[in-house]
Amino acid sequence: MKLSVVVNEGPYQHQAADTAYHFCRAALAKGHEIFRVFFYHDGVNNGTRLATPPQDERDIVKRWSELAEKHDLDLVVCVAAAQRRGIVDEDEQKRHGKDVNNIAPGFRISGLGQLIEAGIESDRVVVFGD
Amino acid sequence: MEDAPEGYEGGVVKKFMYVNRRAPHGTIYAQESLEVVLIGAAFEQDVSIVFLDDGVYQIRKGQDTSAIETKNFTKTFRALEMYDVEKLYVEKESMEARGMTVDDLNVPVEMKTSEEIGRLMEEQDVILSF
Amino acid sequence: MAILHTVNKSPFEKNSLETCLRIAIEGSSVLFIEDGVYGAMDGTSLNGKLSDASNRLRFYVLGPDLRARGLSEDKVMDCIEVIDYEGFVDLVVKHDATHACL
Repeated sequence: MKLSVVVNEGPYQHQAADTAYHFCRAALAKGHEIFRVFFYHDGVNNGTRLATPPQDERDIVKRWSELAEKHDLDLVVCVAAAQRRGIVDEDEQKRHGKDVNNIAPGFRISGLGQLIEAGIESDRVVVFGD
Repeated sequence: MEDAPEGYEGGVVKKFMYVNRRAPHGTIYAQESLEVVLIGAAFEQDVSIVFLDDGVYQIRKGQDTSAIETKNFTKTFRALEMYDVEKLYVEKESMEARGMTVDDLNVPVEMKTSEEIGRLMEEQDVILSF
Repeated sequence: MAILHTVNKSPFEKNSLETCLRIAIEGSSVLFIEDGVYGAMDGTSLNGKLSDASNRLRFYVLGPDLRARGLSEDKVMDCIEVIDYEGFVDLVVKHDATHACL
């Protein structure tokens, strides 16, 4: 089946990002396709390249990047939520005159339409939040 | 009987339900969930919005956020009709527990019992919670 | 059409389980995840309500979240089945849609 996942909370603050990740990994192991992982609300913070968690803890951002690379996943960070919270790619950096961008590898910033499209194109949508 | 919507690229129309269970202003979930509805409207899917528990507070009349200096996004619920999003439901039990009637609300809604909300949920293809 | 409801908060903290039980239709399933797993344990004030509900709903609890919290699978209510993440995926696929009761 084609599954899409929505992550509504940031890394570490809530378990949502962890559960979503484990769900994705299990789904892929079972041969399902993950059509898209959409990050909304504070979930956009899963996409910052600048996180430096302690060495003995899981690196949530890096874990998403690695899963995306291994399985060619589409990790989408909502542009409106990202703008509010300061998650920026090169385009957004130029568009808004920021001095830096911070999006992590494997993530892209796009509109809420991507969430609706995921709902239309997928067989199932699962939401992880608080 | 209204004309069938053109829908998304070749006519796929799915039933989307947006579930709102949180009060407005104390957290951003209510505001950002409304943003999904508004952007999603362009995809001409079959949309229902359900207000449960504290979610019913989102559509109360008379909200004035000037003293807390936030944008009063709740006024935008009145625009939903213009976006052809007209299926708004409140749970009877949630309203009664809070001493509210439909006269307290700023948009036209249909009051449904818990069981009716549950049955409506059963018809959905995509259920988004915030 | 059967819905899979996920409950991720402790029923002693939030009312999400209460609301979930109110709206879930016969034949649907409820999966306890994250802090929601505390609601699956035997001996809590919820046992009666969950027992009754198990006549019309199927209950599941995520094992990894139980273990993380030092909750023994043996002490989970009889009417609740312990599953892992792969079981979670199976439930999502098996049901027509998933409702996250956050």
